[in-house]
Amino acid sequence: MSETPKIELKGVAKAFGSNAVLRGVDLSVAKGESMVIIGGSGTGKSVTLKCILGLIRPDAGEIHVDGARVDRSSGRSRDAMLDKFGMLFQGGALFDSLTVWQNVAFRLLHGKRKLPNDEARAIAIEKLKRVGLKEKTADLFPAELSGGMQKRVGLARAIAAAPEIIFFDEPTTGLDPIMADVINDLIRELVTEIGATAMTITHDMSSVRKIADNVAMIHEGVVQWCGPIGEMENSGNAYVDQFIHGRADGPIEAVR
Amino acid sequence: MAITGFITDLLASIGRTVLGLCSTAGHLAIFTAQAVSHCLRPPFFLGEIARQFLKIGYFSLPVVGMTAVFTGAVLALQIYVGSARFNAESAVASIVAIGIVRELGPVLGGLMVAGRVSAAIAAEIGTMRVTEQIDALTTLSTNPFKYLVTPRLIAATVAMPILVAVADAIGIMGGFLVGVGRLGFNEGAYLNNTVDFLEFDDVFSGLVKAAVFGFIIALMGCYQGYNSGRGAQGVGRATTNAVVGASVLILAANYVLTELFFSA
Repeated sequence: MSETPKIELKGVAKAFGSNAVLRGVDLSVAKGESMVIIGGSGTGKSVTLKCILGLIRPDAGEIHVDGARVDRSSGRSRDAMLDKFGMLFQGGALFDSLTVWQNVAFRLLHGKRKLPNDEARAIAIEKLKRVGLKEKTADLFPAELSGGMQKRVGLARAIAAAPEIIFFDEPTTGLDPIMADVINDLIRELVTEIGATAMTITHDMSSVRKIADNVAMIHEGVVQWCGPIGEMENSGNAYVDQFIHGRADGPIEAVR
Repeated sequence: MAITGFITDLLASIGRTVLGLCSTAGHLAIFTAQAVSHCLRPPFFLGEIARQFLKIGYFSLPVVGMTAVFTGAVLALQIYVGSARFNAESAVASIVAIGIVRELGPVLGGLMVAGRVSAAIAAEIGTMRVTEQIDALTTLSTNPFKYLVTPRLIAATVAMPILVAVADAIGIMGGFLVGVGRLGFNEGAYLNNTVDFLEFDDVFSGLVKAAVFGFIIALMGCYQGYNSGRGAQGVGRATTNAVVGASVLILAANYVLTELFFSA
């Protein structure tokens, strides 16, 4: 008998007014797998992640996490579902009014565990060191950090409570190539270390090649192709070929 | 035909505006009900409530105090000029006290705090919406209503009566300084007149108004910020709407509360 997928989407659809962003997304992510979703801007990658997290309610379809349907969950069952997740947001989404360590330890301080300040701070500093930041960063505010450092803090926050599933939304956007590579390495290491299931959305192909086990390409609101990273270069799918080689000619219109 | 088209367009425009207002009122009512329900149910973020209390109450003291002292001073001058016309100058102290405590303290204090706090709350929460910090709260298993809206509502509702009580005292002192220093009243007689004619209901009604205004200020800031549009323009619009909405609601609530307290 095959193992229950960690995350499963069946026919998920979402429209904003007359703009149908998702038109029936089917996707399955196995436990411990690193799935990367690629696709152009505005093709619904972020909407897919937000539907899984319950930040956006899909119009149709089903979303299952560990076999349990979550797209209509609320209250405690939703809180229990969210406890499994960690997320690195594209812009970091660090809380401006809190120091770096309070950001990293937010879930430890306010979530189910409600650790004392000293203990939470110690864990936060340990996580900051794990992502390559010095202890003195802990008492700074997010506005005092560079873009790369903010990403690292976001990464430390995402892993602080050792989640079962981690989402990465455009983890290397806005970073220089060296810092982007450092972040990619960190993501790969941390996901392996924690044994988490990872789902990343990006259009940075070097990121894809570094962190993906499997790749799914979304275009026109559906998954056009899904397969192992090793098969991506020879997928035989015109959408994937055009996208990964960055060609203007092909089935994907350059101007959307 | 042109006239018919014009009338149709006009009616359609009025209809759209009315529907828009009804929709906003409905959304605001649902938001208020959710906010109040979260205020009554744990968990409470006590640290956050204390932080907001400090921001809303303590840091609004200078602006509220300045408003009160000048309002009390002007009131004393104006009432003196008016009452001199029928030889009732001795009523200056009591009218200044009643005017400040019943109306000007809570209303002007409320309007000043609305300008300062409602705008700040809308801008802060609106920016959090735009930069996905509110989504981040959700993914960290924290209800944004509990963490952002509830502490601000509780802090503003508790802080405003304290602020207004201080403003009342400062406003009366403003009237006293002008009355004694500029208009030549005897210090003891001025203070006696103030205390003798001031009743418990005058002070109590002003403080209840202040609590309601505090709730309105935080509610409008949170509502507009929480539902802020995307980008700098969206946050700017939310900030403006919060101040305008809070100010209009304060004036409307002031009338309703005055009717309730003093219509009998």
